[in-house]
Amino acid sequence: MEHRITMNDSIRIENLSRRDFLKQGGGLTLALVLPGVAAAAGAGPGIAGTAPVVSGDFSPNAFVRIGSDDTVTVIAKHLEMGQGTYTGLATLVAEELDADWSRVVVEGAPADAGRYNNLFWGPAQGTGGSTAIANSFMQLRQAGAAARAMLVTAAAARWQVSAGDIVVRDGVLSHAASGRSARFGELAEAAAGLPVPAAPMLKDPSAFRLIGRHLPRKDSLAKTTGKAMFTQDVRLPGMLVAVVAHAPRFGAAVRAVGDARTRALPGVVEVVRIPSGVAVLARDTWSARKGRDALEIEWDESAAWRGSSDALYARYRELAATAGAVARREGDAEAELGKAATVIEAEFMLPFLAHAAMEPMNCVIRLDKEGCEVWNGEQFQTGDQHALAALFGLKPEQVRLNMLYAGGSFGRRANPHSDYLLEAGQIVKAIDGRAPVKLVWMREDDMRAGHYRPLYLHRIRAALDRAGRPLAWSQRIVGQSIITGTAFESVMVKDGIDATSVEGATNLPYAVPNLQVELHTTNAEVKVPVQWWRSVGSSHTGFATEVFLDELAAAAGTDPVDYRLALLEAHPRHAAVLRLVADKAGWKTPLAPREGVRRGRGVALHESFNTIVAQVAEVSLTADGSYTVDRVVCALDCGVAVNPDVIRAQMEGGIGFALTAALAGEITFDDGKVVQSNFHDYTMLRINQMPKIEVHIVPSAEKPTGVGEPGVPPLAPALVNALFAAGGKRIRRLPIGDQLKA
Amino acid sequence: MIEFILNGQPVSTDLPADTPLLWAIRDGFGLSGTKYGCGMGLCGACTVHLEGNAVRSCSTPLSAVAGKQVGTIESLGEARVGAAVQAAWQKLDVVQCGYCQSGQIMSAVALLRANPKPDDGDIDAAMGGNLCRCATYVRIRAAIHEAARSLA
Repeated sequence: MEHRITMNDSIRIENLSRRDFLKQGGGLTLALVLPGVAAAAGAGPGIAGTAPVVSGDFSPNAFVRIGSDDTVTVIAKHLEMGQGTYTGLATLVAEELDADWSRVVVEGAPADAGRYNNLFWGPAQGTGGSTAIANSFMQLRQAGAAARAMLVTAAAARWQVSAGDIVVRDGVLSHAASGRSARFGELAEAAAGLPVPAAPMLKDPSAFRLIGRHLPRKDSLAKTTGKAMFTQDVRLPGMLVAVVAHAPRFGAAVRAVGDARTRALPGVVEVVRIPSGVAVLARDTWSARKGRDALEIEWDESAAWRGSSDALYARYRELAATAGAVARREGDAEAELGKAATVIEAEFMLPFLAHAAMEPMNCVIRLDKEGCEVWNGEQFQTGDQHALAALFGLKPEQVRLNMLYAGGSFGRRANPHSDYLLEAGQIVKAIDGRAPVKLVWMREDDMRAGHYRPLYLHRIRAALDRAGRPLAWSQRIVGQSIITGTAFESVMVKDGIDATSVEGATNLPYAVPNLQVELHTTNAEVKVPVQWWRSVGSSHTGFATEVFLDELAAAAGTDPVDYRLALLEAHPRHAAVLRLVADKAGWKTPLAPREGVRRGRGVALHESFNTIVAQVAEVSLTADGSYTVDRVVCALDCGVAVNPDVIRAQMEGGIGFALTAALAGEITFDDGKVVQSNFHDYTMLRINQMPKIEVHIVPSAEKPTGVGEPGVPPLAPALVNALFAAGGKRIRRLPIGDQLKA
Repeated sequence: MIEFILNGQPVSTDLPADTPLLWAIRDGFGLSGTKYGCGMGLCGACTVHLEGNAVRSCSTPLSAVAGKQVGTIESLGEARVGAAVQAAWQKLDVVQCGYCQSGQIMSAVALLRANPKPDDGDIDAAMGGNLCRCATYVRIRAAIHEAARSLA
């Protein structure tokens, strides 16, 4: 399949879906940029390519630099937003290089899709879809292996020995027979003069010394001492801080601005109108915030969207009663449903959700004579480069991006419309680039800016045979498409089906001979900006399918684990994960009774981003409907476990993230306004609500798949199924809220 | 002009007395380890020590710190408990995105200074005001126990 990117003012990417890339083995296609001679690497990468290569350093390719002081610098092409990718990417290089882990440091790559593209995204550079390790696995091992081979060649030449007799371990090369040894740094300059091997030998996995072991994270020290640099922390000479007054409803525009009170405040420098509202620029953040709050703005809301969440559910319910675009059809589900003796039907409702990263969206932009420089928790370099280039009339390569640590993202910082970056750019443009600008969204701006996980309604009907097995399954999904209207539309929306709206439903792993999945896309009538949110389509399809499976098991009078296993004969990896979680959770052993509560276990299994995760939740339910989530046992198959402890952390975090959504997470609309504004009404999980968590990884030699997102989808259905098992009612609407109260 | 002690050093500022301590620390004194998260004392990302107690600097006006001792993450490692908590955080690889962790650590240090052997209930009570969107809570709890053991 040809991957193409056209450099018009809006970018256009043509490639296969993430899943298809893996199937065709595209992840193994290397895009290493190896100059013919290492010394010709030129200005090696640093943060945004600004760090010059020091004489005597060795920079054999775009991903690794070895200093004469023995420091091995790994250049990370993916954003570190908490998922541990700096550690993971460095592990891949260090493994093949046989580096000393304690001497490995990580630097963010500059924006340069020629060298740093995501191999699963064709020529685009960015982080998402749980692809970082999966797409880099061979590429970065190759990079490390090439550097190692050159160091060995340099040592062999210096010592006049055979390269095959040289051993490399922990950053030291040694030759046993002659008793000679040298550290990487001592050979860096000599190695830099050698040609780069095109196909260096990779280790057999049995020889791995770092992959699969526990390695300390590379970002722990900076993040426990307050030294880690986030976008919020950038200070440039002459920089102004911008806080923006945003419209109260999507689609509204500024009609008139009264800014006399604002301009009278100390610290306020400028007030400018931009497409999204009015920006106040000040010498410091608090002055900008006070200035913003003092604005008197009259909004033109004639074109504003004025819908409400309740009305959307009612409208979606109407649509779900009608046939939608067919996303998958096997057999004839409608015919079976028409004649079946037992038909089970259920409706599932899932709200809008905010990403609510702890660091609200922000961005620093400075115009200079070369173009523009950006500081950002940068998740989608290629899209943001093109968007800002179009705004400023620059070439994309004149937009230089510094990728800083992101204080969370969960998808938000890879905005397909570059929303907050363009807002910052428009402010810089409005002041003719006279000063660098740091755009700072207050929590309320972040909460109300849209780009939410869309609200969805699912209607599922199933016909059961006499043994209670599903003969037919018909699922209708109603909601907004995330991809429509973005650069990804031509690839990921086919025949009216946005693949991300139905993923997790169209690939239902269970044996159902007659399966139909239909989709109603509501973008024409709903104007809420929507976006991918950790686990994307699986964040809602996982809930609907796995709660419904539990309902079928209950109707069949069969144990939920046994019921699923009987339908997974064609999917041994799924079955193995389910068996592992059931075993580790003690599924067949009754829970210890506790005075005054009814206890229950629930299970859910879901594959997303090619990783299969199963979870068992244990709950205690009291008579008044209050409950606690006591323990979650998680099992997963993600192929080779590159960093087992990072994987465990992602499962722990994914479970906690999903719990926020399951318990109380909800963005609601009332007459077009977002009801929630801050953490008092968008309540997030706190430490006292965090269950005990156990994570078990299936040993595997398969190529690694993602772990940032797949821990999320199974939690809510496992929890709801556990509450049902404890004697609570069947929950089909998230968040659970007070639905269990009498 | 408001004067106070910041990380052991006498400092003064002309910022208005109603300026939140958070913004004085960050924009005024250039210490960026203390984070803005909500501006309403709801998330704890801005937690600092005021006379040794954990407070939310986003909701503490400068006027309230005049003449007092303010400590931030930047000076934490100089004291025994602070260093032990940071070491425990590193040993257990608590952090994910890291944005909330300065505040988490400041709250944990204040807890351990007041209560060297906290149980899970004590930890819940002391840490309940610190949100972590990455949900590193399992490891925060374990790291506080680890730090308590190392200090015992």
